[in-house]
Amino acid sequence: MYAQLVKTDEKRLKSLGEMDPQERAFQGRIDRGEKIEPKEWMPEGYRKTLIRQISQHAHSEIVGQLPEGNWITRAPTLERKAILLAKVQDEAGHGLYLYCAAETLGISRDEMFEQLHSGRAKYSSIFNYPTLSWADIGAIGWLVDGAAIMNQVPLQRCSFGPYSRAMIRICKEESFHQRQGFDIMMKLCKGTEAQQKMAQDALERWWWPSLMMFGPADGDSVHSAQSMAWKIKQDTNDELRQKFVDQTVPQADFLDLKVPDPDLKWNQERGSYDFGEPDWDEFFQVISGNGPCNEERLGARVKAWDDGAWVREGLMAHARKHARRTTLAAAE
Amino acid sequence: MSSEWPLWEVFIRGQHGLNHRHVGSLHAPDAEMAIRNARDVYTRRKEGVSIWVVRSSEITASSPSEKGPLFDPADSKIYRHPSFFDIPDEAGHM
Amino acid sequence: MADKALFEFLTRIGDTTLVLGHRVSEWCGHAPALEEDIALANTALDLIGHTRMWLSRAGEVEGKGRTEDDLAFLREAHEFRNYLLVERPNEDFAVTITRQFLFDAWHRLMLISLQESSDQRVSEIAEKASKEVAYHVERSTDLVVRLGDGTEESHRRMQHAVDILWPYTGELFTDDETDRELSDRGIIPLPSSLEGEWKTHVDGVLSAATLVRPEREYAHKGGKAGVHTEHLGFLLAEMQVTHRAHPGATW
Repeated sequence: MYAQLVKTDEKRLKSLGEMDPQERAFQGRIDRGEKIEPKEWMPEGYRKTLIRQISQHAHSEIVGQLPEGNWITRAPTLERKAILLAKVQDEAGHGLYLYCAAETLGISRDEMFEQLHSGRAKYSSIFNYPTLSWADIGAIGWLVDGAAIMNQVPLQRCSFGPYSRAMIRICKEESFHQRQGFDIMMKLCKGTEAQQKMAQDALERWWWPSLMMFGPADGDSVHSAQSMAWKIKQDTNDELRQKFVDQTVPQADFLDLKVPDPDLKWNQERGSYDFGEPDWDEFFQVISGNGPCNEERLGARVKAWDDGAWVREGLMAHARKHARRTTLAAAE
Repeated sequence: MSSEWPLWEVFIRGQHGLNHRHVGSLHAPDAEMAIRNARDVYTRRKEGVSIWVVRSSEITASSPSEKGPLFDPADSKIYRHPSFFDIPDEAGHM
Repeated sequence: MADKALFEFLTRIGDTTLVLGHRVSEWCGHAPALEEDIALANTALDLIGHTRMWLSRAGEVEGKGRTEDDLAFLREAHEFRNYLLVERPNEDFAVTITRQFLFDAWHRLMLISLQESSDQRVSEIAEKASKEVAYHVERSTDLVVRLGDGTEESHRRMQHAVDILWPYTGELFTDDETDRELSDRGIIPLPSSLEGEWKTHVDGVLSAATLVRPEREYAHKGGKAGVHTEHLGFLLAEMQVTHRAHPGATW
């Protein structure tokens, strides 16, 4: 997902009996559905895992501005331009909320940026794919935001208060994102032949990367089990992926578009779609830096940060000078 | 000296007559810019009529270990809650 | 009989907000801080919103059935009537914010005056836009002061921005036949009438920012008559490419 591979530092899941009393009390609070707040005691592993997950999520939002941002200057109408700009702006806002949530755990935003810029922190694989046509903007809203919502809705119930509250705000604001994407697709699919082709092509390029957003199967993963015990993850990757396919395929049918998966078929018995396996080699290549746009994306973030240094410093210097002048004036 | 902007907590009065409510935080070099950033970040959908900001480091919080003594006494004063009183429906709206 | 002069004015102001909105939107995802990224996008969104009102109205006044999108995406550079100032490239944040400040200070005065327009639609649009623009001026003014009087580097960059942009401000205050006609009809103020107040505001801000106003009085002109700098062609090529590649398509 926006945080696809979050390690927990745990080798295996501890039973309640193996925990020390403080840890057991903590787990009890989580099991009762209580929210954990920043200043309260928490196991070091819980804190570290949350920092990783929330910062990955935040990085994904701001790197995620770039592929769509590409098309703000080329949007086909003024209304589409305004909608897209508002949407990409929301992503910056969501990154901001998430960085702030992570900061309550004792890491600064600059430290998180440093981790991103040095390549040590990850962000979602999906944003390393190129946006090649206007239809990609539709496909991203429809598929990528659709997949994101599947993951983010349960995260509103996450055990960590600041993360849960950020997700509530984000989900509320994002409700229009998927709809605007689907709306673009509808217009294209009802449009000229060239527009229909553009839509089909976009679906073909974004389908598999969207399924990969949920991450590889993690039913047997210790990290996943630990995150679920801590209620910072609610469903397995496969459960969410299935849900996404079941929701999205009828929408593709509605648009009269063909999902590029020969193994896709309705399974009457399960009441769900059977579907093919994404190319996980590709996924690990993209995650480890070899996606089609990794360099551009990270390069753009680093450039924005470096080019902006004098602005951040200039504004800070002015604020300090001004504060000093005010203090002096008050002393006179 | 670090050029990292300090963190501010943002409180917004959503409508006239309501309390300011904590909505989140942001970074800004000083209070004046924090207010402006809050307007741009937290009222993109016309959510507010008034904004307060306060340096996060200036907030004094009750310590979590005092949670029992500070808040438990209220548990015994359940009569402070309207649902404590059983008023017959016939008495009308109250 | 279409009102040619009014159409001309509506494209001047609509093209100006369009081109500047486009330029500011280029920052999205690339600004110096997240808070600033969001704030710049707000400014761009406001300007695109104004554009839609001005250009829709221009289409109505022209009476040939052209929509806001026909005007934005299907005209050539020489048909654009925006001021040269707003097509200047973003370069760095100093140029971007200084351009914004010099423009906002003019924009605010123009809209205040347009609210008194004898043309009801013009005055309505001006009233709507001026609330947002009041905030733009506040924001860009404050940033100019802070960055001018910040570090040595920020000061140097801001002074450079003022120096290179200054020759593009004169055009904001030149009057031509269209301006005189519309001013006589009470629809717009004479551009030259805004200059005094603009200079007072700008001088005050520059001095608070420890920046110096250039001595040069020379002004580049041409935007209002459709003679642009080389930059506009590239900007329009990018802006119009999707729309033009699919003639007659709906989006």
